[in-house]
Amino acid sequence: MSLIVDKINYTYEIGTGFERHALKDVSLAIEDGEFVGLIGHTGSGKSTLIQHFNGLVKATSGTIYYNGQDIYDKDYNMKDLRSKVGLVFQYPEHQLFETDIFKDVCFGPKNLGLSKKDVELRAFEALRMVGIPEELFYQSPFDLSGGQKRRVAIAGVLAMKPEVLILDEPTAGLDPKGRDEILDCVKKLHEEMGITVILVSHSMEDVANYVDRIIVMNDGVLTYDDTPKNIFTHYRELEAIGLAAPQVTYIMNDLKQAGINVDTTAITVEEAKESVLRAVRKGM
Amino acid sequence: MGIVKTENLTFEYIRRDENDNVEGINTAVDNVSVEFKEGEFIAILGHNGSGKSTFAKHINALVMPTEGSVWVDGMDTKDDDKVLDIRQTAGMVFQNPDNQIICTLVEEEVGFGPENIGVPTEEIWERVAKSLEAVGMTKFRNASPNKLSGGQKQRVAIAGIVAMKPKCIILDEPTAMLDPSGRKEVIRVLHELNEKEHVTVVLITHYMEEVIDADRVFVMDAGKVVMEGTPRQIFTEVERLKSLRLDVPQVTELAYELKKAGLSIPSGILMKEELTASLLKLV
Repeated sequence: MSLIVDKINYTYEIGTGFERHALKDVSLAIEDGEFVGLIGHTGSGKSTLIQHFNGLVKATSGTIYYNGQDIYDKDYNMKDLRSKVGLVFQYPEHQLFETDIFKDVCFGPKNLGLSKKDVELRAFEALRMVGIPEELFYQSPFDLSGGQKRRVAIAGVLAMKPEVLILDEPTAGLDPKGRDEILDCVKKLHEEMGITVILVSHSMEDVANYVDRIIVMNDGVLTYDDTPKNIFTHYRELEAIGLAAPQVTYIMNDLKQAGINVDTTAITVEEAKESVLRAVRKGM
Repeated sequence: MGIVKTENLTFEYIRRDENDNVEGINTAVDNVSVEFKEGEFIAILGHNGSGKSTFAKHINALVMPTEGSVWVDGMDTKDDDKVLDIRQTAGMVFQNPDNQIICTLVEEEVGFGPENIGVPTEEIWERVAKSLEAVGMTKFRNASPNKLSGGQKQRVAIAGIVAMKPKCIILDEPTAMLDPSGRKEVIRVLHELNEKEHVTVVLITHYMEEVIDADRVFVMDAGKVVMEGTPRQIFTEVERLKSLRLDVPQVTELAYELKKAGLSIPSGILMKEELTASLLKLV
């Protein structure tokens, strides 16, 4: 059970003056139950890549296998793939359209041809999973806060019971608490339901706090694929391609240079705190 | 009077149901009285729905107060004859650069504003050149905006405002959609405009690190200004900010946690150099 991407290339508008090679020989494999971060500068190919994962965009060359089956096979059931690999776009709340929240979340499963009871059960479960209280179910989606709207939009995808959940910058424009709420909710889905999560983000701090593995894209090329700790030791190379490390990583490097013996691979505030305390107490 | 002044500014909107019956009244901005001095770098923080965007839209007369008044460079925004002057004095930049860029070439985009107010052609070109220089985008003058990165597009949008020679620029989450380099570029350009051209900057953001070099920070909650001070004064109150759905920069958080764990470190640390210096005293 996994997603395998084998040497895919994607070129926009082939044969015109606007031809652009957006993905170049990208290969990767994502196993069941992973929590993967996908980072890269704007225009690096992240969004194009994730749109390949559920067949919204077809590679110019190369193949994608989902659970061992070639998704480009003539008789492959693309509709089935799209319900198993759920994609939450940027600003998903712009896609809310129903008169109340519950109906909005029902829309996806209803289109799967399920019975009314099953549809409503799924919507109910999905809204519960993202922490929307029942008293809000019959309110207009437009009366909610930014973070709540976004969670409702995610529930709409969860109601399809995806095996893989892809989120494209789910925290853009949210306040810090709203960011944490969304990401904690995603983490819970990952831990409790075993959903595979692919998180596209511009926030290095968020990626460092949540994911187990990071894939770095640069100009359509997969540049790094490693654990967060290993990735962020390359902070100078990351800066050269429009990225960075979390601020704590820079702090730890400064401290080390100043002669305080701390662990420079710390990437969260918690890890940094432990390491500094150890170093200072030893020095005292 | 400062470049921007508000007195008891209140903005209410009426919520209606499907049949147009009044459901209730929401107060988006609640009795705000502030004054920004010319040349200041102001930051406004607040959670989603705290009223900061509605407040900002009053500064260039996109929204009119329900009660109270707003003056921009001495002009009352309720004065219909002054609306165009006010919008030239206080320009606004929004979150998504793709929604604000309309022309096919960078230089046309930047010249669009001055052209619309009847600036003579020669002066338009001068302003375009100067504005692109100010945001470091001169070499992209003849490029198509859709070939640019997010940070570059946002700098072009800022250049388009700078070409109007405003005394004040208001930016509503200009970095929300940008990658780390794009965020750094935009913030650097804003500080340069502020220092070299003495443009007053009003920056709304959810990224706490972008605020540390501001002159003054205002924190909004439920339409009210609930905190006001220098970045150091504001970020000293870690718990208070968290209760307002906000945060502090990671260096401030780390220093705060270390202090709580018993290390003798001053509160309100904003730069990693400060943290290094105070830790060196301990080892």
